[in-house]
Amino acid sequence: MKFFWRDITLAVATLSVAVGVGASSANAADWGPYQVEDRRSGYTYMTDESRAMQVDTFQNPGMLWVEEGADLWTTVDGKAGKSCSTCHGDAAESMKGIGARYPVVDEGMGKLKNVEQQINSCRGKNMEAAPYKWESKEMLSLTSYVNHQSLGLPVSVKVDGAAAPFFEKGKAFYYERRGQLDMSCSQCHEDNAGNMVRANILSEGQINGFPTYRLKWQKPGSTHRRFRGCNKQVRSTPFGYGSDEYVNLELYVKWRGRGLPVETPAVRN
Amino acid sequence: MPKTKTLVSAFAAILLMAGTASADELAKYDVVDMAIPTSLTGKAGDAAAGEKVFINRKLGNCLACHQVTALKAQPFHGLIGPTLDGVAERYNEGQLRLQVVNAKAINPDTIMPAFYRTEGLHRVLKKFDGKTMLSAEQVEDVVAYLKTLK
Repeated sequence: MKFFWRDITLAVATLSVAVGVGASSANAADWGPYQVEDRRSGYTYMTDESRAMQVDTFQNPGMLWVEEGADLWTTVDGKAGKSCSTCHGDAAESMKGIGARYPVVDEGMGKLKNVEQQINSCRGKNMEAAPYKWESKEMLSLTSYVNHQSLGLPVSVKVDGAAAPFFEKGKAFYYERRGQLDMSCSQCHEDNAGNMVRANILSEGQINGFPTYRLKWQKPGSTHRRFRGCNKQVRSTPFGYGSDEYVNLELYVKWRGRGLPVETPAVRN
Repeated sequence: MPKTKTLVSAFAAILLMAGTASADELAKYDVVDMAIPTSLTGKAGDAAAGEKVFINRKLGNCLACHQVTALKAQPFHGLIGPTLDGVAERYNEGQLRLQVVNAKAINPDTIMPAFYRTEGLHRVLKKFDGKTMLSAEQVEDVVAYLKTLK
């Protein structure tokens, strides 16, 4: 990993000197807020083009879903005749921090819940509306909008107390080998982050930018969609969207990115 | 693939004739001094066929992790595993065979998948369950190809 980045850095630095360009993002040692201690956002593993696309609000394609989410926020739905804003008012205030600290333990459920599940819980109990389907346009839009209200805030999830047993389960999942390829999350994203798998660079698998607009998907996707894709790549049977296994894993992986800024909607390859 | 099926059927037939109750279709092998000295199929592999299996992304996909200078016409060699240039000078045939069949017998912590193993795996996708990543014949072909990397 170190060799690879050093090679790239040297190559880019040499190129920069050769064409007379001054210091730019080529300095891989300083990623600003996108690196905290030894933890680096997927942002730092992307190309300059993808990074530029993410940080420019007008270019970031994920913002279309955020805008759609803003519309849904104030749209009345369900038998109770309410919208999100009926109870929660201005999302910029009421939703600030949610994307940084979820998943959290729901005492009534006796387990973790993530943002998607909180949205559907609200829709059921308070709005008397039908739940959104996972990965539907509505769910992706509203989740993007809610998480976007925490843009730039450091990821800070609670992993002790009531959350501890779920955190431990998520951690165990992360280190457990699975599938015909018999690989764990850690073997790629901890041991080999920064290394190339054929044409793709392995990142740390941080989830601080979800729902993330993936160029490969041509739309945003949830963390659970990404988990399923990873599991299938090692030829393992994926768990369901919203399964306890994935929500526990979501907490653990989010903790791995503690301190990194919420980037929703991130842009990734 | 038909060839593989024939081989498997033939093997099953032999097992039945021998009165074995097991439905195990895997070729049996012995590990001696961290190596599998004898061919899984009883004959030598085909290096040219092995090169194709080695490159094929749905079969060996070895370039996902390894680099081979002789295959530089193939784009994007991964950097997860070591270069395989000169691998035949570092390991003998039996060692190469065990490395391909089940690298975890050599290093339990390796990320390298076992290409000829079905036991001890967790939550394998249904369409791959009970199947090896490569057939015994393909393993032998890859071993024959690796032996050309001097």
